[in-house]
Amino acid sequence: MSRAVEESNRRLLRARDAMDRTYAQPLDLATLARIAYVSEAHFSRTFRATFGETPHRYLQRRRVERALFLLRETDRSVTEICLDVGFTSLGTFSRTFRAVVGEPPTTYRRRATAAAVPNCFAMAWTRPSSFGEARGGADD
Amino acid sequence: MFNTISHHSIFVLDQDQALDFYVGQLGLEVTADVDLGFMRWLTIGVPGEPGRHILLEKPGPPAMDDAAAEQVRALLTKGATGLAFILTTDDCRKTYDELVAKGVEFTQEPIEQSYGIDCALRDPFGNHIRIGQIPSAPQ
Repeated sequence: MSRAVEESNRRLLRARDAMDRTYAQPLDLATLARIAYVSEAHFSRTFRATFGETPHRYLQRRRVERALFLLRETDRSVTEICLDVGFTSLGTFSRTFRAVVGEPPTTYRRRATAAAVPNCFAMAWTRPSSFGEARGGADD
Repeated sequence: MFNTISHHSIFVLDQDQALDFYVGQLGLEVTADVDLGFMRWLTIGVPGEPGRHILLEKPGPPAMDDAAAEQVRALLTKGATGLAFILTTDDCRKTYDELVAKGVEFTQEPIEQSYGIDCALRDPFGNHIRIGQIPSAPQ
C-alpha cells in the first residue's frame, strides 16, 4: 500500500470520527469533504470504497444507534430523541428507524435492556448492521 | 496463577512519530528504547506505574511479509483495529482540556456514562484510546 492510500484512509477516518462526534448537528458533504481535504465527489466515492457504505448511510446508522441508546437508557419521548440525534422530522426518523431496526421505536423501547460498557463498544456493537437490506427494503 | 499484565502491543506506522505523540503530547514516558538489531524494542507507560508497558511495534518484514504488513497498515489507518487501551484519570474533563490545548485529536468529548466519565481520542495512525474517570477503577 502506498503512503498516499494510508494518508487517505486516515483523513477519511477523521471525517468519519466527526460524524460519530457531531452526529446531532446538521452535517453536509461539503463539511465532511473539507475535513478529509478532498472534493465532495471524491469524498463520497473513496469513503464508500474504504468503509463499505456511503457517508449518508454511515451517519444515519450512527444516529439510529444513538436513538437506540436513548430509548434504552432514558425516559425521553420519541420526538425528543428524534431531535436529540439529529433528525429534523419525526416522519423521517420513524421511517429510517424502522428501516434500520425492523420495528418502531416504541416497540424497541419495550424490549430493550441497558448495556453498561465503554461507549466505543456500545457504539460499535449496538450499531445496527443492516439498513433493511436483509428484508430487501434499503432506504438510502 | 498470573500476577499481572506486564506488556501488550499496539502497531504504529512510525516509532519516532509515536513517541512525539505518546510522550510529547499525552505525557506518557518511555520505559524501554533498545536497538536489538532486528527490531527497535520501544515501550511506553504511565509515569509512576512501572509494571505495565505498551510496546509500540512497527508492522513489516521479517516479522510479517509485505502483504500482511499492508493489511495491518490499512486496518490501522481506517480505524479498524479496535480499542488500543484505556487510561484512567482523576479528572477526565481537566485532562481533556489540557490535551486539546496540546492539539490532541479527540473523537469524543467527556460524557457522563453509567460507569463514570470518559472521552476518546486517536493517535496519529488511527489507534483508538479512551480516557476514563471511573469511580471503581482499581488504583
